[in-house]
Amino acid sequence: MLEVEDLDVYYGAVHALKGVSVRAEAGEIVTLIGANGAGKTTLLRSISGLIPARSGRVTFEGRDITRMPPHEIVGLGVSQSPEGRMVFANLSVADNLELGAYRRRDRAAIREDRDEVYRLFPRLLERRGQSAGTLSGGEQQMLAIGRALMSRPRLLLLDEPSLGLAPLLVREIFRTLREINARGMTVLLVEQNAHMALSIAGRGYVLETGRVRIEARCAELLKNEEVRQAYLGG
Amino acid sequence: MAEFFQQLVNGITWGSVYALIALGYTMVYGILKLINFAHGDVYMLGAFFAYYSARWLGVAEHPTPLHALGVLLLAMAGCAVVGIVIERAAYKPVRRSSRLAALITAIGVSLLLENAGILIFGPDPKFFPQIIPSTNIALGGGVTISNQQVIILVVSVVLMIGLRFIVLKTRVGKAMQAVSHNHTAAALMGISVDRIITFTFMIGSMLAAAAGVLVALQNPKIEPLMGIMPGLKAFVAAVLGGIGNIPGAVIGGLIMGIAEVMVVGYLSPTYRDAIAFVLLIVILLVRPAGILGRNVAEKV
Repeated sequence: MLEVEDLDVYYGAVHALKGVSVRAEAGEIVTLIGANGAGKTTLLRSISGLIPARSGRVTFEGRDITRMPPHEIVGLGVSQSPEGRMVFANLSVADNLELGAYRRRDRAAIREDRDEVYRLFPRLLERRGQSAGTLSGGEQQMLAIGRALMSRPRLLLLDEPSLGLAPLLVREIFRTLREINARGMTVLLVEQNAHMALSIAGRGYVLETGRVRIEARCAELLKNEEVRQAYLGG
Repeated sequence: MAEFFQQLVNGITWGSVYALIALGYTMVYGILKLINFAHGDVYMLGAFFAYYSARWLGVAEHPTPLHALGVLLLAMAGCAVVGIVIERAAYKPVRRSSRLAALITAIGVSLLLENAGILIFGPDPKFFPQIIPSTNIALGGGVTISNQQVIILVVSVVLMIGLRFIVLKTRVGKAMQAVSHNHTAAALMGISVDRIITFTFMIGSMLAAAAGVLVALQNPKIEPLMGIMPGLKAFVAAVLGGIGNIPGAVIGGLIMGIAEVMVVGYLSPTYRDAIAFVLLIVILLVRPAGILGRNVAEKV
């Protein structure tokens, strides 16, 4: 479904991704783990078209999206909940969700999807008239994910959904992610919380300073001595 | 007292023109964090487009309201094109460069428009045809308002309500709000950020054009450098209200207009331009974010 081949990305003078290849099959949860600055966020941003690639290729469902502008990539069915959530703070929860469906014209179906997001995250329903800036960190994360779902993506890119959240909330969000995935959504998950990520993903990649260090099934990564030492606290 | 109310009426009329120009500054700033110094010159072009379309339509000979409306719409359409061209040709190429590069570009565009104006329209003032014959309407208590002032007020209010509707109620308006908040997040919603930026320039330029036409109704002398001072003052008005804030621009414009008329009426016409900069200094000292501007810390 998603194929990243030999991608090279520069951030100014910094060589942020060095020949990274990653793929995700339909229906999978794939996770990218790694330390700060390993290039995880850069990879998601390149897939979404926010940072141009120097070389390499990104294909989604067989179409080359490497040089496509971000808004068209969303239109093809790739949605991202970005690092730092980036909710529209001065707009209401409902308006945020509406913007998530910006490219769609099917009003009735948009309403259905919005109700579905409210069902997945009942707290958003309670707060639908509130401006997003007044939500707690966890609620903003739910809104960012819900908003990303509103474009009806087939591939969901999630950047650090657990960042800064209480463990209970993290578990709640991951349970919802599993539910979304169970209904057929392909998920590419970037996480610092390697434990959580490896527990819900099928396959994982370990990124280190812009390179894929290890690629394996999560069950194997959990047993891998190197991974345990570096990312799972021994 | 009658004189005070008379000045107030004049000030509000004058201020609504500043408000229209200030809206363009504030919208572009809200979306690009750029002070579009060429905006005052777009206002000048609005007056000239109106001048030429009035001649072309023969409005001076047959001054009907319908013709006047035609002149206004043609000027707005002309400036819409100018706004789009300026954004695409001058600002878009430097969008990823430093803020300073964009600012210098803006000053360059401003100088280009002014000097191109001198070259094309000639340096001498032109007299704007009287497309609406002037009459005075008594408001009671010795206060009068001219029909031209009424038109200025009505057109300004209609345009402001229209803008408010677009920004708050329409799809493109929601997209403008999203882009002004965060380009990356907006792009991830599937919004074409480039398109929204161009649209913003177009709307702002149309409002400036309307301001140019409305001013020319009252002060029929138009010349290529006429945009400099009103442009600066409208910029101050936008800062006064809180730059990036749309209702703030309207409030700032009105304060600017009233202050200017009052100073001319009660102190001396010499201070006409000085008052704008006094207001700027005061607001920067007392409330740098502007009257409605907020510096809200974002929750992480």
